[in-house]
Amino acid sequence: MKFESQRVAMPYFIFALVLFTGQILFGLIMGLQYIIGDFMFPYLPFNVARMVHTNLLIVWLLFGFMGASYYLVPEEAGVELHSPLLAKVMFWVFAFAGVATILGYLLVPYAELARLTHNELLPTMGREFLEQPTITKIGIVVVALAFVFNIGMTILKGRKTVINMVLITGLIGLAVFFLFSFYNPDNLVLDKYFWWWVVHLWVEGVWELILGAILAFVLIKVTGVDREVIEKWLYVIIAMALISGLIGMGHHYFWIGPGEYWLWLGSIFSAIEPIPFFMMVMFAFRMVRQRRHQHGNEVATLWALGTAVMAFLGAGVWGFIHTLAPVNYYTHGSQITAAHGHLAFFGAYAMVVMCIISYTMPIMRGRPQGNTATAQKLERFAFWAMCSSMLGITLALTVAGAWQVALQRLPEVGALSFMNTQAKLVPIFWVREAFGVLFFLGLVAYLSSFFVSGARTVRTATVTEESTEQAAQKVCCGSCN
Amino acid sequence: MIEMFTKGMARNMYYGGGVFFFLLLVGLTLDTLRELPQRDHRENITESVARGKTLWEENNCIGCHSLMGEGAYFAPELANVFDRYGQGNEQTFAAFMQSWMAMQPLAIEGRRKMPQFNLSTAQVDDLSAFLIWTSRINDNDWPPNKEG
Repeated sequence: MKFESQRVAMPYFIFALVLFTGQILFGLIMGLQYIIGDFMFPYLPFNVARMVHTNLLIVWLLFGFMGASYYLVPEEAGVELHSPLLAKVMFWVFAFAGVATILGYLLVPYAELARLTHNELLPTMGREFLEQPTITKIGIVVVALAFVFNIGMTILKGRKTVINMVLITGLIGLAVFFLFSFYNPDNLVLDKYFWWWVVHLWVEGVWELILGAILAFVLIKVTGVDREVIEKWLYVIIAMALISGLIGMGHHYFWIGPGEYWLWLGSIFSAIEPIPFFMMVMFAFRMVRQRRHQHGNEVATLWALGTAVMAFLGAGVWGFIHTLAPVNYYTHGSQITAAHGHLAFFGAYAMVVMCIISYTMPIMRGRPQGNTATAQKLERFAFWAMCSSMLGITLALTVAGAWQVALQRLPEVGALSFMNTQAKLVPIFWVREAFGVLFFLGLVAYLSSFFVSGARTVRTATVTEESTEQAAQKVCCGSCN
Repeated sequence: MIEMFTKGMARNMYYGGGVFFFLLLVGLTLDTLRELPQRDHRENITESVARGKTLWEENNCIGCHSLMGEGAYFAPELANVFDRYGQGNEQTFAAFMQSWMAMQPLAIEGRRKMPQFNLSTAQVDDLSAFLIWTSRINDNDWPPNKEG
């Protein structure tokens, strides 16, 4: 850690993980509600649990992105953060707004929350993922602006590295596209059309820039590979993400009103959306193979590789399997969609936040070469437990989705009703819930790893002989041999 | 070959590609906005339909149901619920909605439950009007059958 002000990232990361834990607990409740339909009814209806589950996800990822930016931007720029105080104040504002909103969901009926927060003045509530009361949305805008200002000023004062420039573009995009959440016309088609300008342009657009920048930062740190090489890869990956993803938004416009040419545009462009994710896998593995030093924080490297692979599987492969219009006609809004959503959000965004946490938290806690071997071993176990159980959840939901399509969507006569189909899927939902419990145990192991101290067996930064040789071969002109 | 491809070229691909495809998206959006009135039949959005949409939102219906395939997947698709239960008749559907909403939550143990939202008769009619209007949007013939 070069600058004291980078330490403001710590509360952001800790709070992100607290919210993450809450998200998983509500996920487990919903998983049971899929099996026992009236579980916890009427105290916690499914819609409330789901709203808490998805909103916690969004908020904890935002906390993670903010923490990541506060840590890496000063280090990249080579200057102290513009205003650590503003960052601390905004932490408390955002934490308060987040907790108050979640409590609002849990304690009063949603219609009552809409009345209490005067939704009629500027109706924005009640749309998927954008359920927050309008006042919370305004709070999010204030926090985002203060955050972008703080980060932007830091970059202006210091070195404008590629990582910083890509990150700030992503963050500005995040703030700007969120403004579409205030547009809610009476016409459902227009509402949905521009709802995607928040949701799609976040997760398949600007968030990929943030993801790329964070991943590139960690890879530079843990591999020591030349910045020039990493920056070139970063540019190509995010270029492909935007080239495919912007018009790829068409895959959301198939069945909600827009015209027929979106069937073609959405299919073609979203079919190339896996390419940047595949390149990310090649990039991460190549950088690790070409590394010039062996960083003591080995588990951070594992997270970096894991993020690339799981993002490729979740966003790339599971996105592709249902993105072509003739396929999507049958799978749209089925459990296939849920399968893709789970693996993509976990693989790309949850994992990149855990990746930067894994790299930075030990440094902020005075362990520049990573946690002790015991702690890293536990974290490694948690990594594999969470990744494999999330794959289990995804496979279970994929089977459920395929069966749902076969029973409910494909037959032209004698198709089962939605409710009867769901009843047939209960055994698969049990499998999903079992993997969910395993995921939770993995998360507990992950959280525990922060409290493992153990003997001081941390390896110091060892520039091994082979890697020095390899590095020399790349730059050597041969004249000194 | 990889050496031939410089960082400058990669940067131009990012900024150039990003700007070009964003502008293309804006252009396609303008074209779509021009075409939409023929597909969404906005002339039929009455005050009742608009009030129905607000009720839909303020009771977080999307938290369990899907509408045109978007939302949660816990309860049935409702963009075509008029086709499923209305038999082509708006009065039949409105009457069905009144009795169905009044019945909730169904007293069947273990079944997924819809809360009782205590909507007035007029509000349920608004909700019906919204769902009827929604069912007539040209959505490229989705879903494949009436089960949604």
